[in-house]
Amino acid sequence: MKTRIHVTLKNGVLDPQGKAIHHALESLGFEGVNDVRQGKLIELDLDDDVSDADIEAMCRKLLANMVIENFEIERDHSEAAAA
Amino acid sequence: MQSAVIVFPGSNCDRDMAVALEQATGTRPHMVWHRETELPNGLGLIALPGGFSYGDYLRSGAIGANSPIMREVKAAADRGVAVLGVCNGFQLLTEAGLLPGALLRNAGINFICRDVALTVASSQTAFTSRYEANEAITIPVAHHDGNYFADEATLDRIEGEGRVAFRYGERVNGSARDIAGIVNEAGNVLGMMPHPERMIEPAHGGTDGKRLFDGLVAALV
Repeated sequence: MKTRIHVTLKNGVLDPQGKAIHHALESLGFEGVNDVRQGKLIELDLDDDVSDADIEAMCRKLLANMVIENFEIERDHSEAAAA
Repeated sequence: MQSAVIVFPGSNCDRDMAVALEQATGTRPHMVWHRETELPNGLGLIALPGGFSYGDYLRSGAIGANSPIMREVKAAADRGVAVLGVCNGFQLLTEAGLLPGALLRNAGINFICRDVALTVASSQTAFTSRYEANEAITIPVAHHDGNYFADEATLDRIEGEGRVAFRYGERVNGSARDIAGIVNEAGNVLGMMPHPERMIEPAHGGTDGKRLFDGLVAALV
């Protein structure tokens, strides 16, 4: 089962990469972009019996740094449902 | 005194660190591969060198902090063994939970590689005993992710406890309160972004880094 982990910087943590992207969008002439925050997407292919608690532990222990980052877990049940 | 340098895939300052430790201790350090599960007996000092452990693929130091040997490094630090983390070593120490805070991407985004002015914020640590408090020194930096971050309460606490060892004497990377290096609560673990091992002989342009190693060894023996 595919599970996506979205890791984002916490509010208030400076995101220089997001700022650079924002600046580049403005340079290209796009208007109305108020702010850009950059994060990362980590896609896990997991056995169906891996528990939500285990996935959360993976995030807390390694995938996200809780000092500076938040994470969101998105489990995709569609493949299992289709099968 | 016996010392060790932990070598990770991607370490690139391990040999410079070894030269600095050998010069200060008079004994060649043990080079310990990160997959090892035991440290040599009788170590007085463990160094985590600079570099890009595991290519910094997740975050700088994040994967290395979970290497098998880091469990032993943590246990040694808890027993009071001195641990020095430089650059990627500092990142590893924060990721491993041995020091508070985190290292973010430099505020200016650029990789910065040059000599920088530092001030010694405290001469009361084993690592800084050969410096005067508020002394201005020069040590090179070479990093992309050296922007020290911690929440305000943590910053207030480490400042109040005299745990800031070094500050930048100029704006370098956006670090909170210009922090360049901090020690843990017990004072036996130092993490710093600048590279003292690159400033140990006159040919390097100065010897301000040598005093860290000499002072540390003098404090430990």
